[in-house]
Amino acid sequence: MAEPIRRVAGTFLRGAVLLAVAAVVVIPIGYAVLGGFRDAPQLAADPVGLPDPWVWTNYTESLASPSFWTQLRNSALVAGISTVIVVLFAALAAFVLARRQFPGRELAYTVFTLGLLFPATVAILPLLILVRDLGLLDNPLGLALPEAAFGLPLTIIILRPFFKSIPKELEDAAAIDGCGSLGFFVRILLPLSRPALVTVAVLAIVASWNQFLLPLVMLSDPDNWTLPLGVTNFSTQYTTDTARILAYTTLALIPALAFYVVAERQLVGGLTAGSVKG
Amino acid sequence: MAIAVGSRSRFSRNLRAWGGAGLFMLPALALYAVFVLFPIVQAARFSLFDWNGLKALDHFVGPANFGRAQADPVFLGAVGHNLFIVVMSLAIQIPFALGLALLLNRNFRGRAILRLIFFAPYVIAEVITAIVWSLILQPNGLADHFLTTFGLEGAYSPWLADRGTVLIALFFIITWKYFGFHMILLLAGLQNIPREVEDAAAIDGASRWQAIRYVTLPLLGPTLRVSVFLSIIGSIQLFDLVWVTTRGGPVNASNTMAVYMFDRGFVRFQFGFGSAVAVILFLLCFVLALAYQRWVMRRDLEGATTYG
Repeated sequence: MAEPIRRVAGTFLRGAVLLAVAAVVVIPIGYAVLGGFRDAPQLAADPVGLPDPWVWTNYTESLASPSFWTQLRNSALVAGISTVIVVLFAALAAFVLARRQFPGRELAYTVFTLGLLFPATVAILPLLILVRDLGLLDNPLGLALPEAAFGLPLTIIILRPFFKSIPKELEDAAAIDGCGSLGFFVRILLPLSRPALVTVAVLAIVASWNQFLLPLVMLSDPDNWTLPLGVTNFSTQYTTDTARILAYTTLALIPALAFYVVAERQLVGGLTAGSVKG
Repeated sequence: MAIAVGSRSRFSRNLRAWGGAGLFMLPALALYAVFVLFPIVQAARFSLFDWNGLKALDHFVGPANFGRAQADPVFLGAVGHNLFIVVMSLAIQIPFALGLALLLNRNFRGRAILRLIFFAPYVIAEVITAIVWSLILQPNGLADHFLTTFGLEGAYSPWLADRGTVLIALFFIITWKYFGFHMILLLAGLQNIPREVEDAAAIDGASRWQAIRYVTLPLLGPTLRVSVFLSIIGSIQLFDLVWVTTRGGPVNASNTMAVYMFDRGFVRFQFGFGSAVAVILFLLCFVLALAYQRWVMRRDLEGATTYG
């Protein structure tokens, strides 16, 4: 008699804990979304309540402002360039690191993996000098190149075992049919590795989309700002108008969350493959 | 003679192998050398100069910048704050993530949606997390309102604006953003453990807790260590969240090493000194990674090299 009761109590407790945690995660996001539909006096009077009346101007004004769209476009441009570069370069390197024998191979791999320890934060001062000397300040490439470079370690670590697992026989067969290294890489390896490539691309897009320190240092002209910079600036510009900040922040948040819902499997798959196995 | 011929042909074979591999590695190596390795070397060089980043790099001061950092109570405070976040993450955030992973590691309705929700904050930019949470934690904001609802009016605090609570508040925000990431890692690790092992423990009379303590956790060791490692490295590098919420304030109470470095380098134009701080940050990560690999992760690596 005691056992079923304990089991029911256990299930109930587990459900209660999980729901409570889910609430703590969801409430801030809901607060931002709904808060954007209120106005500052409403928010001050009662931080919890639903919009009453619903105020649309915070959202419509943000959507009508050209700077929001400029920042969205800049973020997408930088994320696109850096993702293409990091995936292409890392795939080329991971190919020989996985499938060719040459002296110093493991050393080269180790040097790449060490980069995992050092996000751009540590090198940000010399990076600014370097990008300045290259004449790439206030240029999408000034962000995309360092982002791609710092993304190489994780991308190579995820791609290498995947490339390794593709049977040697396939490569031999391709060689008999007159396929050289590059032909095998382009026509067989890359198409077969699509799931892994999608995964690393998703990781690269998220990393670039959320990057804050690099744009903070490299961009001064507001026409070049990415969303994280625009949002921070907006929030300091309208400190008193909480509702307006929430609306703008929500709009900046939507692309990331939408992307997450679509690409959750790849994102989770990539992160866990990268850390659980090695 | 024979040896000379043999080594010569091996050398030319190596050369050909390098040539072929080198062509494929060249783009990645070049990008990595220019934007990752070179700046780190540059930081080490700049750290020996008194330099504002603009004029000529000619005022060599040797290790003076390091002496200055090590004597600055603000810097030492920042190191302490990083340490506080590291310890709190290991003591609270990881066990919390582990607990949730254990709860989620079985089949029940709604599991997929819960996983989706818990992991969502990981994709939200730190900047956006920081802005929304500073609004929630502002006086008379959402957080205080909840405390009132639960009858905890006495617990009011200006949270991010109070020296006593700012680090706790930051840690709470960090946990909100990152527990899902660790939970996902640990959940993947749990799912790699064959069900039969736990069943066998149950047949041998182990209680659920004993099975977790003596069977599941040891088998989860490698994943747990990766999680701990990533948590430590992340806590040491902490910047975005702090910069947007407090800029290291009030009165340096939430300074981290990265915020201190950014402030000295970019706000006060002490590039040489800021670089010295960056080098310290770098060395700390490096030593930590080596030590961790050597003492804690060695067993995992041995397993990895033996079995494939």
